[in-house]
Parts: sequence; structure tokens; C-alpha cells
Amino acid sequence: MLGFSFTTRAGGGRRPARAIGGMADLLRRVAEQADPEAFRELFETYGPRVKAYMMRQGADAATAEDLAQETLLAVWRRASLYVADKGSAATWIFAIARNMRIDRLRREMPWQELPEERAEQPSSEAAPDEALSDKERQLRVRAALAELPPDQHEVVVLAYIEGLSHGEIAQRLGLPLGTVKSRMRMAYQKIRAALEDLQ
Amino acid sequence: MTITHHLDDATLMSFSAGALPAALAAVAAAHVDVCTRCRREMAALEQVGAALLSGLSPVALASGQPPLPSGPRQPRERAVRASEVPRPLAGLLGGDLEGVPWRWIGPGVWDHRLPLVGAGKLRLIKAGPGRSLPEHGHVGAEMTLVLRGSFRDEAGRYLRGDVAEADESMPHQPVNDAEGDCICLVGSEQPEQFSGLLARQWQRLRRF
Repeated sequence: MLGFSFTTRAGGGRRPARAIGGMADLLRRVAEQADPEAFRELFETYGPRVKAYMMRQGADAATAEDLAQETLLAVWRRASLYVADKGSAATWIFAIARNMRIDRLRREMPWQELPEERAEQPSSEAAPDEALSDKERQLRVRAALAELPPDQHEVVVLAYIEGLSHGEIAQRLGLPLGTVKSRMRMAYQKIRAALEDLQ
Repeated sequence: MTITHHLDDATLMSFSAGALPAALAAVAAAHVDVCTRCRREMAALEQVGAALLSGLSPVALASGQPPLPSGPRQPRERAVRASEVPRPLAGLLGGDLEGVPWRWIGPGVWDHRLPLVGAGKLRLIKAGPGRSLPEHGHVGAEMTLVLRGSFRDEAGRYLRGDVAEADESMPHQPVNDAEGDCICLVGSEQPEQFSGLLARQWQRLRRF
């Protein structure tokens, strides 16, 4: 109903998402060596997913295409900042896509900082153990999301993928506002619990 | 700064999803800027977005990869917070809290509307010692962040950096409980309806 699938599909002849660690490695190669081949792989993996994201946020196919291209171009331009960031490649690309969507589709100001702007002080390259725990974190978030009860999963997807506010979710699902918020809180608590020992 | 009143979990999640109405997102951003705990939570929550994005069924791109620009790719320096104004607000305010052109809205209470693109209303409110904001019931959510001083409401005491959230089910009446002025950033999903008679007159006269 939501067209959401957790397993990646090689739809449209595109390659499936690589392992999480592989993506971070690609972004590192883009960041450190401006490696066009590494960028091409990132582009082929995330471009079609960012396009899908923009369409779910209400963009028509042509606009979604433009915004996907621009998002990935921003990844290329800003890649040198990624090294200082401890987040995964997907986290970084999500944050750029989210802000691009607020700016261009909603024509509002994106108030959210990108991960690299949020870092208290730029650190040098992530230590190997940090990179490992980052990969672990992504795996656990995916697992926690997959285990959420359907009603909690639904509100999380409506917020992140369709960009609906609490009020809009309540309206869409015909639920009291308080129910939407409490489902979201419960989902968050489970995700947080899954990450607890890694924080 | 010791912050004890944080953003609600559901609010933080909506903020990281990019789904919070603009006026509330502005207040959330100002809180996150000064709150280490909520910055950390934002980082964790963006991984939720990342996992969901990665899990979407791809939609093939009609055109290929764009030509890649070369040239210097300089890291952007993060502005240092120079005053008590949170960074996300600095641009809107164009100065510090001393230069705000306050508008008198009642005895000991002033406000200043901030320009906002998008839904809702964003403003600064200043209340003198012992003064309370006019009692109001909300249509939609409202978030109040303390920038200077402190206030107390039904839920407790709020110091600089603390954020209070209210909605129609929880009317609240913040009172400045300190010696100096209390200045807050207030974002409302929709303009509030003041319930006091005097306030209602003012609302009519001044077209809140």
C-alpha cells in the first residue's frame, strides 16, 4: 500500500544497494581522491532512490529527476566534508536530499543542519573502530525498523518518506493526534534501545 | 548551559524527517543548536531516514550522470555562536537581542514577529519580571524556547535553552519568575487565540 519494501530490488536494471560499509568506502574515495568511478557507483545506487523519495514527497517525475540529480551533485561537491563526519554515506545523502526537498518542493527554509555542520569540531578521518560501529549502527537501525509493529512503522514512513506532519498523518489515518505522536514515540524508543550500547 | 526540558521524541523525529511545520522547525533548530543531547539524537534519527531511503524501490533515472564540476571543494566553516542568539536565528534577527524593535502588546509584555517562509507564526516575546503571557488556548502546536531569563508554567521551570511544547489539550501560562526580562522564541502552528477579554480586544485592534 505504501510501496515500501525493505529489501533492495535491482529495479530498472539498476544495481542493488551495496553493503553499507562499501558505500562509505565509495564516498571516502570521492572525498579524498575525487574519484569519478566511485562517484558513478554512488550515483547509480542513490540517484534512483532519491528520485523515488522525491516522488513519494509529491514531486512529478521530471522534478524528482532534477532534484535527484542535484542531490547527487551536492554529494560530489560537498564530499570533502564527509570525512569529518561520523555518519554513514546513506545518512549524509538522506540529510542532503531532505534539505533539498524542503527548499525546492516546499519552498521553505531547511532548518535542519547537515551532519557536517552539526559536528562540534571537525575531526580528522574517522578511526577504524568508529567506522565499524557506524556500520553496525546502520544495521541495527534497519533491523529495529523491520521489527516495528506495522502501525508504528507506518507513521515513521509517512513522516520520513512522505514528509507528513503529525497533524497530516492523523488526518490521513483518521487517528487522534495523540495516537500518532505516541506511536512515533514508541517507535523512537525501540530504535534508541537498539543503539544503546553504541552511543 | 544545563538543559532539562528537551524536544519531545515525536517532535525530534518529525524534525529529522523534515516534516515539522516551518514555525515549529525554526524553534526546534534553535534548541538543537544549543543542546548537545538533541544534536546527538538528531544524528541517530537521520539514520532512520537513511535506512528508509536505502530501502525504497529505485525509480530509474531518465538521464545519465551529470558532468562533474572540478575545482576547489572547500569545507564550509561553521559560524561560531557569538551571542546568546542560537545560530539558526542569527540570520533572521540580523543582530543580537538588544537591537530587537519590540512592539508593546500589553503591560510588561512585548513581541517581535520574525519573517518566516512557510506555515505558522514565529516571534520573539519579552516579558518583564513577574509578568505572564496572555492566557491562550492553542489551535495546533506551539513551542517556546527560552533565550534569556526563565519562566515557570504548569509543567515546571524553564531556563535558557529549555523548550516547552503545548497543544490544544494543554493550555499553558508561562510566568517570568526571575528578576530580569524573559525573552523567548515562540513558534506556533497557527496563530493562537487569546482567551482573555483584554487580549481579544488587542487581537482585534492589532490584528494578531
